[in-house]
Formats: sequence, structure tokens, C-alpha cells
Amino acid sequence: MAELGRAALIVTLGLSLYALVAGGAAAWLGRRRLAHSARNALLASFVSTLVATVVLVAGFVRNDFSLAYVAGHSSRALPLPYKISAFWGGQEGSLLLWLLVLTAYSALAVWFARKRARDLVVWVTPVLGGITVGFSWLLVAVSSPFDTIPAAADGNGLNPSLQNPYMVAHPVFLYLGYVGLAVPFAFAMGALLSGRTDERWIVATRRWTIVAWTALGIGQLLGAHWAYQEVGWGGYYAWDPVENAALMPWLAATAYLHSVMIQEKRGMLRVWNVILVSLAFCLSLFGTFLTRSGVVSSIHSFTQSSIGPWFLGFIVVAVVFSVTMIWLRLPQLRTSARLESLVSREATFLYNNLLLVALCLTILWGTAWPILSEAVRGESVVVGRPFYDFFLRIFGLPLLLLMGIGPLVAWRRASLRGLVRVFTWPAAIALATGAVLILLGAGSSIPGLIAYTFSAFVLATIGLEFVRGTSARRALTGERILTAFGRLIGRNRRRYGGYVVHASVVMLAIGVAGSSAYDSVVEGKLARGDSLSVGGYTLTYRNLTERDGANATEIRAVLDVRRGGSSLGTVEAGKNAYSVEQQVSNEVGIRSDPLTGEDLFVIAEQVNDDGTVFFRVFVKPLVNLIWLSGLVFVLGSMIALWPDAREERRLATRYVRERADRAATT
Amino acid sequence: MSVWLLLGAALAVVVVVVVALPFLRDPAPASDALDEPDAAELARLEAEEERDRALAALKELEADHRAGRISDEDYRAVVGIVRRDAAEALRALDRLRDESVAGIGTETAKSA
Repeated sequence: MAELGRAALIVTLGLSLYALVAGGAAAWLGRRRLAHSARNALLASFVSTLVATVVLVAGFVRNDFSLAYVAGHSSRALPLPYKISAFWGGQEGSLLLWLLVLTAYSALAVWFARKRARDLVVWVTPVLGGITVGFSWLLVAVSSPFDTIPAAADGNGLNPSLQNPYMVAHPVFLYLGYVGLAVPFAFAMGALLSGRTDERWIVATRRWTIVAWTALGIGQLLGAHWAYQEVGWGGYYAWDPVENAALMPWLAATAYLHSVMIQEKRGMLRVWNVILVSLAFCLSLFGTFLTRSGVVSSIHSFTQSSIGPWFLGFIVVAVVFSVTMIWLRLPQLRTSARLESLVSREATFLYNNLLLVALCLTILWGTAWPILSEAVRGESVVVGRPFYDFFLRIFGLPLLLLMGIGPLVAWRRASLRGLVRVFTWPAAIALATGAVLILLGAGSSIPGLIAYTFSAFVLATIGLEFVRGTSARRALTGERILTAFGRLIGRNRRRYGGYVVHASVVMLAIGVAGSSAYDSVVEGKLARGDSLSVGGYTLTYRNLTERDGANATEIRAVLDVRRGGSSLGTVEAGKNAYSVEQQVSNEVGIRSDPLTGEDLFVIAEQVNDDGTVFFRVFVKPLVNLIWLSGLVFVLGSMIALWPDAREERRLATRYVRERADRAATT
Repeated sequence: MSVWLLLGAALAVVVVVVVALPFLRDPAPASDALDEPDAAELARLEAEEERDRALAALKELEADHRAGRISDEDYRAVVGIVRRDAAEALRALDRLRDESVAGIGTETAKSA
């Protein structure tokens, strides 16, 4: 089967090269059939990549250990879902996943935009072709998943930490996000190459950008939950370079999703939007580079990596190309519209953008500095948690506040009296919340208190927005309250979907503040019958059990949990010993309280031969709001994404029908 | 030669046909030029975008004022500018349409 996989990847490389060269020639010379042919090549590249993917998945399912990649990442005892997810468990497979998602996005984006922006698509095709060439070249010539070896009786197995349900979904969502950012980038570059810098590239990519941004957000949240459950250190985000790699493009894309509204509403920030789209895409490439080149562990492993230098070259090409195109088209991108007041909605969106980009670049600096230091000075440096936490507070807290302010400030300009009127209630609710929290003892953490106060302000503004909108609609139409509420959202999906997303970010902020600023921790070595207390809980170590799992021996310490004199049942924490992989993993015990959102989190750090266990126990208030925020985030994104028939008709009139009418008249 | 390699070759043949399809379907077209918008159409597109932007701004301003998000004072300060922008955008679009119709008329007269 390896021959078919290799052949399919070579076909993808050939097709993408054709899309790049023939597509570029067709756009330059204005040749219709050549342009359609290049577009077909891009569509067909998805099919050939899918064939390669099916071959590799079949290799895993059939335990084909003659494939070096399968032998290195799977075993006969590995459960089927993990055999499939082992597909992206290593470098070659994850690059193939990148390519599959890229060709799928390319085919769909080009196909759906073929009518409304056909003169743009002609230029978009070679750009997407060029990106596909980069990845298919890596898979064909540098790091193939179809290298063969003499078949072994069994494989090496999959890293135990990847044998987790969240690891089945997390990389897929992350790549849907990373790669999806190639679509707005390609359309932006297509617009610059063609010199058609009107709004069509934005209209054509609006949904693709939200899809990619949502997927990237969900991917990070799934990764955080995986780290929380699987890594077993008691947290969910460690500012690890690999984690930062996904956060940076998400922040840049968030800034873009806000600033593009200013272009749509006021025709401003055209240059800035193209810069943000390019930044988001280049950061997604940088993220893949960080996770796949070995550069994070050491600059030396980067130089020994098979793909590292290629990837760095790819990033340099993308950056140079973007900067050159933006520079060349600057005169066409400039507009006459100007910011009229520093107190206006567009101004608050601009402040939001500056904070998001500042946070993004700060994280980039913290991530890149250790690599640069090792490369230039030969010294290893560590940029630790305090650096990131400091800047998260400096930039993150004002961002939180702006989420509440922005939507309520008028476009163009707002008076002080108007602002006071609009913000009186939210400010009063926020201050009252802050005062109550101080009385409840939340003043022990000033950043936590500020985060909660700002969160209350934002939630109050969002709530008032829904109430005001529904009331105004009822007054105008006489509809019943639920009908008015539903139609208010249905007729303004991006606006109200955005509010729901804002609510999810507030939930996230509350969860992060609660679980990090107000958590409790205790640790100790316990013998059977011994107890320890933390955050109102008392845990008594009952016994140690051992059982055989699907592909590991599971050792668990059982603890009785009591709070306020009543029993809450038991919690188990321990270790899994994987025989094939010859590795041991930490398996934490978590008891969630659905009413308060609090977690009791137990780690069995060390299980001793005499039956004693060294435990570390955390109580994490409100941590479950973080996971719940993911559901709200998806709901808000779906509302914003859902097609609006009236808007679609309007765009069809603008871009398709009048053109057809005009052709018929001529 | 293994069956898998043959399948790979078959895949290559199929995609070559798909890529060549525009040439196979239309071997001798009257024109092979791309159907690209001319300068007049690009100007119309930009003018329509400007019109839609201005009308959307007016609609949003009215909705915000009605919902109480914007005070009477702020509304009065801005509504005139927004209406003027909308009117200007509509006038610009009308001018472009008139020029386009005049252009078509001239071309028709020439060809007659």
C-alpha cells in the first residue's frame, strides 16, 4: 500500500505545482481555460491527498508495521480510536493532516467563491497552490509517512499521554484552525496581486475566518482540558511554547475579526486588516514550525531536524511575499476615511486591536527569545510564567473591560453625557459585585477581584443589550417577547453571536481567575487510614487497587471524600504502566461539583512499595466554567456563522445578478 | 509492478483528465480571455459597497437610537452626517449607472 500513498502524494505535489505555475500564468495573461484548469488541479489535489490519508489510516487499522511511521506510533494492543488518532501522533502524519485540511479548505473556498469573486479566485488559486506545494514537498521529499522497513511483529506503541479522548479531537481542531487561516491570507494576497482591493476578499472569506478562528479556539480548549486531565501537574495552561504557538495566531485572528468590522462599516483600516491576516497566517506557520521542527527542545535538535530548515525557509518566503505585496499596493489600500473621535466605537475597536496585537507580540517575544538566545549567544534562557502572567494582566484586563464598552459606544463619536447614560447600570452592577466580593474575602487577589468586577460589567452590558434590543423590537412590531428575542438575534446574527462569544470569554476569565487566584493546595505522604484537609474537604486514604486495562496496568489509590461532615463518595488517583511503550503515566482523580463549578483535583505523585502514597491535592474554584465557556463559545460562533438569507440575497445582487443583467443588456 | 502502484498510476491519469477538462470541453473557443470586470464595473462595485455601507450605518444608527443605546444628543450629532453619506453614495451610484447607459448607447449606435 505504501506505493499508492507515495504516488498519491507525488500527484498532490504535481497538481499543486501546476496550480501555482499555470494558475499564475493564467491570471497574468488573462487565460480563461488555463485558469479553470489550475482551479481543477487545486480541487483534485484534495482527492489525491485524501487517497494518501486513507492509505495511512488503513496502515494503522491493519497493523501494517512495514510502514515505519505506523511501527513507530502504534501497536497491536492499542485501542482502535487511538490507532486512528496515532495518524497525527508524529511529525509525518501531522504534516499529512495539515495537507489534507489545507487542500480541503482550498477546494471548498475556491469553489464557493467562484461566482461572486471569480476574478479574485483566479489569483487566489496560485497562492493556495504555492502553500500546498510547500507542504506536499515536505511530505514527498523530506519527511514521508510512507517510508518502509522490514515488518516487525509489533509496533513501538503510542506515547501514553496521547492515549486520551481529548487527543483524538484536539489536534484535528487545532489544524482546522491553523490551516483555515490560509484561506483569508490567500484571498487577501489574491486581492493585492490583482489590485482589486474592494471588499470582495473580505466577503468571500468572512465565514472561513470565523470557522478557522472557532476551530482554533476549541482546539486550544480541548488541549487545555487534556493537559488538565492527562499531564497531571494541576493546571491547564503552562505558557509552554507549543501552547503559545496556537494562542498567537488566535489572538491575531481575533484582532482581525474586530478590525474588519471597521472596514465594513467605515471603509477604514484596509492596510491594517491585510497586515493582521498575514500576521495570523505567518504565526500559524510559525506555530507548526515550533511544534514540528524540534526547535523548542533545543536549537541543536532544530538543525538536526529533517523539516526545520525547510519550514523556516517557508516562513521567510511567506513573510517576504506578504510584506512586498502590502508595500506595493499601499497607494490602493489607503482610504480617505479618518477616525473622527477617540471616543467612538471604531476607536474602542482600535484600542482592542492594539491590546490584542501587543499581547500577541509579547507572547511571540517570550516564545522566540529562548530560541534566539541559544542560537545567537549559545545560552539557554527560560521565559517563565511570571513574564506571561504579568503581561496577561496588563493587556488582558483592559481587553476584558473594552468588551463591555465597545458595543455600547456610538460609531463616529459619542458624548460624555451619552456615555454616562448608557453605562450607569452596568457600572453600578460591576461596583456592587466588586463590593460584595470584597465582603466575601475575594480581596486577597487584586487581579482576581478586578477580573471579576470587569466580568460583571461586561455581563451586565451584554444582558442589557439583549433586553434593550428585544424591547425596541417589541415596541416596533408588537411581537411577543420570545418571538421578538428570536428575531432580534436572527436578524442581527453577527452582532448577537458576537455578544454570546463575549459572554463565553467572560466565563473563561471568571474560570481562570477563580482557579488560579483563589485555588488551595496541600500535599503529604499518607499511609492507609491517614487524612489530609484542604479547602473545606477532608480526604482519607482508604486503599490501593491494581487492575488490567486495555493496554496498561492501572494502579489506583482510593480516597474517601468528606465535606462539612457529609460523605461525598470516593476519588481515585494513580498511575498507568504501559507494557508495550515501557512508560508510566500519571492518572489524576477529579471530583467536580456541578453546582459551584469547583474541582477537587488529586494527584498521586508517588506510589511506594510499602503502600504509602505521596499526594498533592488542589481545590480549584470555578474551573469548570472554563470548559463550559467552550460550549457557549461554539454557540456564539454558530449564531454568527449561520447564513442570513437577506444578507445573501443582498450580496448576490451586488456581485452576481447586476453583472448578469448588465451582460444581458450589453 | 504491484496493484498499488497501478492504482497510483490510475489516480495520476484521472487527475490529468480533470485538469485538462477545460481544454477538452472547449478545444477551440471564440475567446479564451478571462471574464474580468472592466474599470467601470469595478467602480460600480466600489460605489455599491459604499452605498451598502452608508445605508447599513443609517439603519444601525436608527436601531441603536430606538433601543436606547445612543442618546438623543449623540443621535442628533451623527444622523445628519450619516444621511449625507448615504445620499452621496446613492448619487454616485446613479451617476455611474447613467454613464454606463450612455456608454452602451454610444457603442450600440456605433455598431449599428
